[in-house]
Amino acid sequence: MSNDTQNNILNNAKLYGESVTKLPQDLYIPPDALEVYLDSFQGPLDLLLYLIKKNNIDILDIPMANLTIQYMEYVEKMKQIKLELAADYLLMSAMLIEIKSRMLLPPIDDANEEELDPRAELVKKLIEYELMKTAAQELGNIPQVGKDRWIAQGYFEKVIEPKSFPDVSIEELFSAWKNVIKRAGQFETHKIDRSELSVREHMSIILKRLQDDKLVLFESFFRKEKDPVQKLVVCFLAILELTKENLIKINQQESCSPIYIQRANN
Amino acid sequence: MEQATKYKNIIEVALLTSGRPLAIDELQRLFEEQVERSTIRMLLDEIKNDWSKKSLDLVSVANGYRFEANLIFSDSLMRLSPDRVINYSRAVLEVLAIVAYRQPVTRGDIEKIRGVSQNPNTLRQLIEREWVEIIGQKEVPGRPSLYATTKYFLDDFGLESLTQLPDISESENKILTEPINDSSKMNTAKEINDK
Repeated sequence: MSNDTQNNILNNAKLYGESVTKLPQDLYIPPDALEVYLDSFQGPLDLLLYLIKKNNIDILDIPMANLTIQYMEYVEKMKQIKLELAADYLLMSAMLIEIKSRMLLPPIDDANEEELDPRAELVKKLIEYELMKTAAQELGNIPQVGKDRWIAQGYFEKVIEPKSFPDVSIEELFSAWKNVIKRAGQFETHKIDRSELSVREHMSIILKRLQDDKLVLFESFFRKEKDPVQKLVVCFLAILELTKENLIKINQQESCSPIYIQRANN
Repeated sequence: MEQATKYKNIIEVALLTSGRPLAIDELQRLFEEQVERSTIRMLLDEIKNDWSKKSLDLVSVANGYRFEANLIFSDSLMRLSPDRVINYSRAVLEVLAIVAYRQPVTRGDIEKIRGVSQNPNTLRQLIEREWVEIIGQKEVPGRPSLYATTKYFLDDFGLESLTQLPDISESENKILTEPINDSSKMNTAKEINDK
């Protein structure tokens, strides 16, 4: 970092509202950049990789003490800003300290078991993560559909071709129509209604006629050609009813001679 | 030769209008008569050649063949519909990379590699995009789901198969060797690699 930029940072830097006048020696990231950096790290491995690169450390020979101190200070700051993020980072702190303490122990003198660098596991993790980070970048560089890869979309509307119509002769049409009529006849329904004709009404009609004409021929009450059967029946019933009630009389001079009807009170 | 031109035109129009990649056996169905796969492949090569001087490329992806805009036009096309561009976050791309290169993986595997607990949204985004799918359960306690990439993922990245993913073995060597200066460290590197 050049002196110019350092001064610049010191002039503008503010941490939690207080201006920072001295750049912490053990921190490689400008404190005012902390919040910005926080979101740009994907996790503790990402942060470790960043510190390793910043310090120009060989990934295979990590000075655990230095790295752990730097890491812890960073996480301390982080905890103050975003507590929920700190859990994963704290786990890593514990791991770093564990590795460091294991490195302090004298190596076990065991010929059967090859001595393993306590850092190996961490290094393996760091390498795998760095690898996946690279892979992610490479994937991001591949043109993608929905971003910078465009698929040709010619349009084709499916049209159902109308088939040519078959010829129909007028005879065929006629016979088809006849069939329809025939079939329709089979489906015709008969509706049976209650008769709307009242015997009482006809009794009145008959009496009225007998008022004008004293003697009326029985047949003249029935106009077969005009009235429906129902009406004839009702009319006959009315005559019988009137007779029963002694309002009219039915006379016949001799068998097979005309029948006459007249009012009873006459 | 007349016949070949007819066949070529039929294949071409099918590819241009299908709206999805067409595989060779689908292209065979275009013809009443039996057309050999090798013939179709040859015709596809010719179509690719015919179009090479134009704006569209005939490319082969996981689900078959399709026409797409030559990549040199991407910038211009993006200017036409800037809202269309979806940029995925680094987290999403990292998860996608892990699924693509290390599949099948569980959520735990992804978390282990990234060293951070997984936001369920990232995987869901990838599943909704149909780039990642669950292909089964790992037979360990909890039976966690196993995630893998789909054929659509390959299609959308213009790949025929996973073998065409960018080669990261080179980057692996670079990570291991670049900061190393003396031979004693080389041995450590080898040791770790062997483990």
